Amino acid sequence: MRPLLRPPTRARLARGRRHPSFAIGGALTILMLGAAALAAVWTPHPIDGVDPLARLAAPSLAHPLGADHFGRDVLSLILAGAQTSVTVGLIAVGLGLGVGAPLGLAAAMRRGRPLDAAIGRTTDLIFAFPAVLTAVLIAAVYGPGAINAIVAIGIFNIAVFARVARGAAIGVAARPFVAAAAAIGRTRAQIAVIHVAPNIAGVLIVQATIQFAVAILAEAGLSYLGLGVQPPQPSWGKMLADAQTYMFSHPLQAVFPGLAIMLAVLGLNLFGDGLRDALDPRLKTLRLG
Amino acid sequence: MMNRPGALLAAALCAAVPLVGGLAATDAAAQAKTSVVIGMTLEPPHLDPTAGAAAAIDEVVYANLFEGLTRIDESGAVRPALAESWEISEDGTTYRFTLREGVTFHDGASFEAEDVVFSLERIRAEGTENAQKDLYAAIESVEAEDARTVVVELSQPQGDLLWRLGWGDAVIVDPASAETNKTDPVGTGPFAFDGRVQGDLIRLTRFEDYWGEPAALERATFRFIPDAAAQVAALLAGDIDAFPNIGAPETVARFEADPRFEVAVGTTEGETILSMNHRRAPWNDVRVRRAIQHAIDRRALIDLAMIGFGTPIGSHFAPHHPAYIDLTDTAPYDPEKARELLAAAGVETPIKAVIKLPPPTYARRGGEVLAAQLKAVGIELELVPVEWGQWLAEVFRDPWDFDFTIVSHTEPLDIGIYARADYYFGYDDPDFQAHIAELEVEAEPERRQELLVEAQEMIADSQVNGFLFQLAKVGVQAAGLEGLWRNAPIQANDLTAVRWE
Repeated sequence: MRPLLRPPTRARLARGRRHPSFAIGGALTILMLGAAALAAVWTPHPIDGVDPLARLAAPSLAHPLGADHFGRDVLSLILAGAQTSVTVGLIAVGLGLGVGAPLGLAAAMRRGRPLDAAIGRTTDLIFAFPAVLTAVLIAAVYGPGAINAIVAIGIFNIAVFARVARGAAIGVAARPFVAAAAAIGRTRAQIAVIHVAPNIAGVLIVQATIQFAVAILAEAGLSYLGLGVQPPQPSWGKMLADAQTYMFSHPLQAVFPGLAIMLAVLGLNLFGDGLRDALDPRLKTLRLG
Repeated sequence: MMNRPGALLAAALCAAVPLVGGLAATDAAAQAKTSVVIGMTLEPPHLDPTAGAAAAIDEVVYANLFEGLTRIDESGAVRPALAESWEISEDGTTYRFTLREGVTFHDGASFEAEDVVFSLERIRAEGTENAQKDLYAAIESVEAEDARTVVVELSQPQGDLLWRLGWGDAVIVDPASAETNKTDPVGTGPFAFDGRVQGDLIRLTRFEDYWGEPAALERATFRFIPDAAAQVAALLAGDIDAFPNIGAPETVARFEADPRFEVAVGTTEGETILSMNHRRAPWNDVRVRRAIQHAIDRRALIDLAMIGFGTPIGSHFAPHHPAYIDLTDTAPYDPEKARELLAAAGVETPIKAVIKLPPPTYARRGGEVLAAQLKAVGIELELVPVEWGQWLAEVFRDPWDFDFTIVSHTEPLDIGIYARADYYFGYDDPDFQAHIAELEVEAEPERRQELLVEAQEMIADSQVNGFLFQLAKVGVQAAGLEGLWRNAPIQANDLTAVRWE
């Protein structure tokens, strides 16, 4: 029996590490996670104080990335913003994976049945509305805030993971070892959990890195619009929104949060790419071909 | 710049032959500009100033579309408008107004004494929608003596009745069109309503049958742009000629450096305050409120949230008013004192509170700064941004669901709101209510002055709210545009004297 994606053996991961995008993406992702973890325990300056004297200060030893329009240290805000992004991203993706993947798996096992159709049409419905629009809707009804942002991004992720899991699981379910398992009397649920799920895990992990990037972008977008996490909790999107009217006088204000978002998303995408190549050499050949 | 003789020639041609004015206007090079686009942050919910509290209504219609018996000018002084002159009886309870002749409404109806009776009676009628009906509570009867004379009888003397009649809430409307003024306003002003695109703009055109000096502008457009960055972009692109109240004070430096623009910084009647909900403990404890005031560094707040535009206040009173006294030292910035007072009041810190922030910059940014300042003494604010509609429904009206809010009270001389126990912050003090009642009937200027000073001291001593700063009017306009108000003694964008140089 040959899985759709092979489990990540040591040799395969070693090949991945040589893959430049895997290495760069991995480094950036670790940097982001590290920044988030660091901010949970320490930031160079407090992020909830204001300082009129440091207002819009240029980068210096005391403030390596300068200070914002309230005189808060930009480096500290970027670190704390990473914490916000990672938290929102992890929960939203976790929600999507935890709810969406089982749904997709169930749909695949019940292919063509009403359950499959119901899940399929529901995900169609969710995809019909852009994620940001869904989030705006939720914020309009329940008010802006971190939890509503997570829910909004999470709902979109549920649909994504349901689709990906269903597609991959259908491919696996058609393989002979699944038929063999059925022949020896395994129930449908047993087959799904024991034989199909492990074989689609690789696809889901790769998808998770991509969705993580999407979630970070969505959180920044919502906070930019004032619908995401609320001050004083720092957010890269809110920093960007605050910097907007300073574009002419203090362009650096927008550069650092912008760079942070870009590097985080770029890192996760590269990491996801590298991971996919490492886990599925077949796909790589296809892409190169 | 266009050449001057050409402009003069074009102007002369237009004046001599008004009918070809439209044709000449297409020849842009030789034609002085006769239209203006004014930018505003908030869109008025409707256009009837006698039926709504929204400042945005008056900012479009005041003096432009609608006029009252009197009007308030740029300096805050009362001037005759639809009333040419008036006589006041010895005891101060009878006002005899002589009305102007030859005044017509925009729909052609003529202006008569009956319109005045109708309009003033309407304010006081049962179930009135008028947002300032309390201002006119002293009016007992309004009668038309003849077509040009109206007599107003008061139940008690009122020193500032003429000023109150100058508010947008007391403009004169025609009974035939009164009900439709919200959507299709018909007034007597120098501009007539010419259409509205909901969510975007309102158009006015010059009213050719205006009784007074005709406006220099042929057309005026009010455009509504809530987003501060978009306001700046619209000004830079030339889509907007003037933004009398710009949303982002930090962009002013950029406009000051640009010869295409002029920056006008003036005063408003907006006392910006941290309102506290007196219906909730522990904010009903004067020690706690004083602690909060001690925790606030007004100067830092103004510098950070308003880029220095604004004047610190220590009570609910405008610093440019003659009766103003500086009470900012009643509870100066002193975090240590604040912590002591909180402890003395038995408040366990950290204590959590909800602050609801309406959209203006002063509230949203001010809220962030205040959250930092209050956190330093152990009060942790949860910042909840709300739209104006939500703010009115949740904060301003029953159920008064808030601990704090930040709002600028832009009505002029509005210290009387502290005498309304049913007002949103719920301050109920019989002594202050009696004090304001005394002020209401006092006509003698020196005594009024004294009473106003005492009123300021009373609410500062009780520290009813956190007194932050007097909102500045920071306007940006295209160079060459003349006649816009620098100060805002009343909510208005008076275009009657606006012209292009």
